[in-house]
Amino acid sequence: MSDSPLALSFQIATIATLLAAVAGIGFALALSRKRFPGRNLADALVTAPMVLPPTVLGYYVLVALGRRSPVGHLYEAITGSSIVFTRTGAVVAATIGAFPIIVKSSRAALEDVDVVFVHAARTLGASAVRAFFTVQLPLAARGIFAGLMLAFARSLGDFGVTLMVAGDIPKETQTASLAIYDAIQAHHEGDALQMVVVLSAIAIAILYTVNRLTMKRDAR
Amino acid sequence: MPADRTLTVAVKSREATGFALDVWFDAKPGITVFFGPSGSGKSTTLGAIAGLIRPEAGRITLGDDVWFDADANINRAPNLRGVAYVFQSLALFPHLTAAKNVLYGMDKGIAAGDRLARAHDMLARWKVPHLADRKPATFSGGEAQRVALARAFAMRPRVLLLDEPFSAMDHELRMALVDEVRGFVDELGIPALHVTHHRNEARAIGDRAVLLRDGKVIATGAVEDLLGPPRSGDMAFEETPFGGGPLGRDERKP
Repeated sequence: MSDSPLALSFQIATIATLLAAVAGIGFALALSRKRFPGRNLADALVTAPMVLPPTVLGYYVLVALGRRSPVGHLYEAITGSSIVFTRTGAVVAATIGAFPIIVKSSRAALEDVDVVFVHAARTLGASAVRAFFTVQLPLAARGIFAGLMLAFARSLGDFGVTLMVAGDIPKETQTASLAIYDAIQAHHEGDALQMVVVLSAIAIAILYTVNRLTMKRDAR
Repeated sequence: MPADRTLTVAVKSREATGFALDVWFDAKPGITVFFGPSGSGKSTTLGAIAGLIRPEAGRITLGDDVWFDADANINRAPNLRGVAYVFQSLALFPHLTAAKNVLYGMDKGIAAGDRLARAHDMLARWKVPHLADRKPATFSGGEAQRVALARAFAMRPRVLLLDEPFSAMDHELRMALVDEVRGFVDELGIPALHVTHHRNEARAIGDRAVLLRDGKVIATGAVEDLLGPPRSGDMAFEETPFGGGPLGRDERKP
């Protein structure tokens, strides 16, 4: 894959969306099923990245995953490179933006599935795990997929957290949204315009598709 | 002599709304009508039998098999009880074809080819073989009921629960399905609980009845003793709330 800012953005957003999907759908399932103490607090903590300033989020990530943190130290000992100010850091930043969107939309989609279908599956001999994968997840798939697309769009456009955590290193962590900023600063409006058009077109295409997906779900 | 297949239910539960359930009854092989007004605890009781709701106290057994025992902390998972539950909404999986709905509950120990053949056979016995490759959104009300029954019997259940599955049907169709259900239940020799609030449906389908009101069993016994002789028309329970007939007398018991 090329190291152009747009290609880099796609690469990072794809990995981030997949990571956030696995963790986010699992988390959404826990929130929708289990009535554990602190469930609302957990929901608030997960949703916080949607409203916190990027600098605050970036600060937390630097503290949690920086080179002096236990996690950052361990990661560096194993892989030989640090999490922050690398492409890994850019993935972490994009994942943080994607995660709450996936949790929120997946939870809504899973709760939207009438529990009677899960009950039917259980009485027909399905374990809780089989009932989830063969009945609840497929019936929620449309809403979850819409959430994944929104999360991808969000990851693609991350600016603040990426800058804080991964820096602005050309061909390494300089994603399209960072490159646009740099191009504008350097009065290279032409370079910026190309990326602006591409990012805008993708965002609008994704939002249009999400609308159609969720509309069909309501009509069903 | 086959093993004892009597379903014995004795459960107590108190809901947050203040509704208290306290039911006790036996259901022998054959159809037992579960009769009572809405909100009398019928669905909660069925949920407890299926293992979908955990009661606070009591015991549920099928013969010697203990499914639930609050004191011994036994609560067998719903998928290990072998209870076929035909829900009021039928709950056919909308993303699966009729054949795949029927296959869903079948024993995975059977070879895949045989399973598919059996699923088609079951759809044919319920007179809906033409629906095998279609999804539930395209079924008529009566077709959906037949597929739901095919799915229930295909799993070779040890107990059958029917929660007013025919409530949306007209009288004649309902009686036709009632006869077919009876045939399958007798063939399998299993206890079946059939929730209804139609008196004539109750008389047509069941040998025995359990009458529920406000979460309590108020009478059990032969259907004709409890619900009186057949009358003309098809009066719904709500229209004749325990009025007249032997049922009225039961109600006045302390």
